[in-house]
Amino acid sequence: MAVEAAPAVAEPVVTAQRPSRDRRIDRGRSWVLGIWSALALLYLFIPIFVVVLFSFNNPKGRFNFTWQGFTLDHWKHPFSNPDLASAMENSFLIAVIATAIATTLGTFMAMALVRYGFRGRSVVDFFVFLPLSTPEVVIGAALLALFLTMNVNTGFTTIVIAHVMFTVSYVVVTVKARLEGMDRHIEEAAMDLGATEWTTFRKVTLPMILPGVAAAALLAAAISVDDYVITSFNAGQTVTFPLFIFGATRQGVPAEVNVLATALLLIVLVLMGLNVALQRRLARRDAARTA
Amino acid sequence: MLRLSLHRRRQLLPWVFLGPGLTWLIVFFAIPLVNQLNVSLQTGDPETGYVFNWAFSTYSNAISDYHEQFVRSLGYSAAATVLDFAIAFPLAYFIAFKAGRWKNFMLLLIILPFFVSYVLRTVSWQLILADNGFVVDRLRDVGLVGGDGRLLATRTAVIAGITYNFLPFMALPLYVSLEKIDKRLIEAATDLYASRATAFRKVTLPLALPGIFAGSLLTFIPACGDFINAALLGTPRQYMIGNVIQNKYLVIQDYPSAAALSFILMTFILIGIFLYARVLGARNLTEAAI
Repeated sequence: MAVEAAPAVAEPVVTAQRPSRDRRIDRGRSWVLGIWSALALLYLFIPIFVVVLFSFNNPKGRFNFTWQGFTLDHWKHPFSNPDLASAMENSFLIAVIATAIATTLGTFMAMALVRYGFRGRSVVDFFVFLPLSTPEVVIGAALLALFLTMNVNTGFTTIVIAHVMFTVSYVVVTVKARLEGMDRHIEEAAMDLGATEWTTFRKVTLPMILPGVAAAALLAAAISVDDYVITSFNAGQTVTFPLFIFGATRQGVPAEVNVLATALLLIVLVLMGLNVALQRRLARRDAARTA
Repeated sequence: MLRLSLHRRRQLLPWVFLGPGLTWLIVFFAIPLVNQLNVSLQTGDPETGYVFNWAFSTYSNAISDYHEQFVRSLGYSAAATVLDFAIAFPLAYFIAFKAGRWKNFMLLLIILPFFVSYVLRTVSWQLILADNGFVVDRLRDVGLVGGDGRLLATRTAVIAGITYNFLPFMALPLYVSLEKIDKRLIEAATDLYASRATAFRKVTLPLALPGIFAGSLLTFIPACGDFINAALLGTPRQYMIGNVIQNKYLVIQDYPSAAALSFILMTFILIGIFLYARVLGARNLTEAAI
């Protein structure tokens, strides 16, 4: 405080005192922040540890509520429960189909919204954003009301329809972000050199936005696989992975669920690790080439 | 002639691109919402079917019957949003300004829980907080929880569950907006004799407002409609409006009142967003004026 009140003439004093004292306070503050952050991340991982731990549990009977003993049995037969296996299959198929449709529709929408100034663009922008700011329970209920009114039987197809509907907005937002950071001149150059719009799209635009499209597809697939709320309204008799888990909570979720969840997490970790390694290698190669 | 047709094509092309996706959203998002408005004004019962007759009484009945669940939804979500902000802001600040080479690793850790199913993570909390579980036993030993006290099936458990599940949605937008801040602005403020606290209040915080806005909405809106946490970690005494809507649609098939409840929920949220934008925007302006 005294330092701050000092007149500007006393510059040597300022430079002499300020760094050491400030640095000490700074370091203390960093420590407090660091510990807080570590605790926050720990909070995020507590239930994950429990999920992994209980995949090795050896429950007596069908209940997997308390720790009973270590076993690898569930890891040997992760698909032994036929209901669980079919739920996984449904989730996987729904995610693949819904992601393919949503990514295609969303990518073209994003292109139109970023690349063309047309009347009504801001209205469309707002409309695309609207599903993201509506609670899932409202979307799911409204869609079910429509299917009931139209006498459509809910099931696999209606789940796919619902998933495309609420993932398409995420795709648009993600691809738009990528397109907005892109240099338009490259496409203009291609067209100036005689490429048709379609060729330009195929040879220039698409390769450039591909990382954004891939990220959008991954996001859509992740949201689709994990959705409970909207799916529960429109599933009919079809059971997906989250629906299976929710339905199983009353008797205790079978340990096979924990095994599959842990396995998925491991696969994601390995893929991320490989990605990091690959990027490092590419960076090193680029550095070597320029040197 | 050629120029004109090219012009026409340029005008039409965006609508060709938008067409399929927009149609999907209109048919499966906009029309259902309008249809739901229609359903909410019907009367009847599941046996004989429902007929449209401008039954506004559904709305007044819904409010008088379920105002408790509405207040609970808004209260729990607000509490979870504030808690998430308190937990996530220092975390995001640390990652943006102090983490150095640990930055990407810490961001990865925030995203990683998403790869375990939402329902499964909540079930996991059920196990952790269970009456005969490790945590309750230890808390009893210390005396923080009474002999017959419990954690599961309480308001605390539901709020903690919501706080847990939406923490990344608060942390990531906060990080993005803090990361964007030009650190020289903060340096300039301290060089101009602003105390650290003043620099934080007058520079960092206003510049982080977009992230605070996005983060609180991304937490509050889904939390308002959530019913998984209340269903798995609470009892009917902790049920939120999402539980009521789900129960009415899927179990007792009282469609009009479920539709009315969804509409009221959506209206509350839209008003909430509007007010929040006004308050944040207004403070932003006065801050800039001073």
